[in-house]
Amino acid sequence: MNVDEITSEQGGFSTAALGDTSDPSYTVMNMGPQHPSTHGVLRLVLTLDGERVVRGEPDVGFLHTGIEKQAEVKTYQQALTLTDRMDYLSPLNNNLGYALAVEKLLGAEIPERVSHIRVLLCELSRLASHLVWLGTGGLDAGAMSMFLYCFQEREKILDLFEMMSGVRMMTSYITVGGLMADIPEGFLDQVKRYLDGFPKELEMYHGLLTGNSIWLERTKGIGHLTRQAAIDYGCTGAVARASGIDWDIRRDMPYCSYPDYEFKVPVLQEGDSYARYLVRREEMEQSYRICRQALEKITAAGPYRTSNRKIVPPPKWEISVSMEALIHHFKLFTEGFSPRPGEVYQRIESPRGELGFHMVSDGSNKPYRMRVRTPSLSHVQVLPVLLKDCLLADVVVVLASVDFVLGDVDR
Amino acid sequence: MSELGKKLAEKFGEHYLGQREDRGESTYWVDRSAWVEAARYLSVEHGFSFLSDLTAVDYLDRKPRFDLSAVLLNWQTKSDVRLKTLVPEDDARVDSLTRVWSGADWHEREVYDMFGLEFNGHPNLVRLLLPPDYTGHPLRKDYPVTGPADSPYR
Repeated sequence: MNVDEITSEQGGFSTAALGDTSDPSYTVMNMGPQHPSTHGVLRLVLTLDGERVVRGEPDVGFLHTGIEKQAEVKTYQQALTLTDRMDYLSPLNNNLGYALAVEKLLGAEIPERVSHIRVLLCELSRLASHLVWLGTGGLDAGAMSMFLYCFQEREKILDLFEMMSGVRMMTSYITVGGLMADIPEGFLDQVKRYLDGFPKELEMYHGLLTGNSIWLERTKGIGHLTRQAAIDYGCTGAVARASGIDWDIRRDMPYCSYPDYEFKVPVLQEGDSYARYLVRREEMEQSYRICRQALEKITAAGPYRTSNRKIVPPPKWEISVSMEALIHHFKLFTEGFSPRPGEVYQRIESPRGELGFHMVSDGSNKPYRMRVRTPSLSHVQVLPVLLKDCLLADVVVVLASVDFVLGDVDR
Repeated sequence: MSELGKKLAEKFGEHYLGQREDRGESTYWVDRSAWVEAARYLSVEHGFSFLSDLTAVDYLDRKPRFDLSAVLLNWQTKSDVRLKTLVPEDDARVDSLTRVWSGADWHEREVYDMFGLEFNGHPNLVRLLLPPDYTGHPLRKDYPVTGPADSPYR
């Protein structure tokens, strides 16, 4: 069957990509949207010459939930909960990106303690996300035990999130103006206890995979991405860093209190699946370092959100003694706040790469437009380049090494 | 006017429409006809070689109705600019940026999908997120948030 017949019939994927598919002897195979190794609902249309992939075309949109449209009818505080549901493996990073963008719209000042807590939470969330990537990536290449070990560790981080916000995944904990609530008593000790055991785990993963000859054979030289292609297709994060692009938003365009932290940005030139593995593995080590430093910097007591009453409500006790506090409370919960008209673009380094929030305000209490630039979209877009000429069995490894989240792609 | 604004004005003359500084971010407006050339100029001559984002905003009551905006990033100076152009409703066409960045492909398809703007010279302008038989462009302001009138989910 000719691939062009499929494209014209079903549409939805690009014919612009590489690979001449005109040979009638090619097989066209459909992979997904329910294939377990697509990590969500991604459909790939593979044109095969025997076992060799001539062209691999992604077809997305199965998880499209209209988050950008939804945000336009919600107040700024309400729209926050939508952001959790995009990249569901690192909701705290999404919360942070959104909160920073709205704070930039408002010109709000955030206390230093809050910034440090945000850094700690985002790095924990990065660890949790990378653990899922490592576990499922291992599983896809046949290393079943990686999956079990990594999910066990991730579960412990989710327990920490549950302790602080009451929710394991959709935390909505980092809010505009600070945090939803102060971190609970004993939380920092729990984090410390968790971190104490983490290097040993990481060392074990290292031992299981890095020098493992099967892992090397499956990942080395597979799914090659050149530096130029990475730039052209808008790749960011670990995918770009594994292709020789020395760029990390945390270091180069810092937000929160990242300038106060010491960490290295791993960069490799190879651009293959193994390089992406090494970069992320190193990133986990660096995240661990940042968490350690954050624990030193976070004071036990202090503000957990800004004192600006136009953005966050006053404490409960104040309402019964102050008329002004009551008015602020009422205004915030009935109407919300209204940034002056204008637009901002705020980028942060999510576990997957550049997560950008483009917020447009028309002066009302709802975002006029919320555009989310997600790293996964660019990374799925580049798949035809990565999949070209690799073997069918390697497709799952390439997909795993890119580490995209379909909720993040489709929004 | 900033240095970059002056250079753009010099290079594009009447096609350069102006500049705004707001909340620490610079936005430059160019005419639709200079859209691709301005992007290429910023990319090649000024090092804004990375296309961070490309999107549109619908101002329903304004003429021209749509804003098309791209965020360009410079790795050397660690800074970014927003390049904008205006697109009228009755002739919603712009030249495609895919000739400058291949990665503009899906962003433009998304804009086409959600706003109905068309891109001249785009290699494969079909819907990205919504099914191919879908009618309407959901992120337009006159599209109901509850979905189309015949939707079973209303």
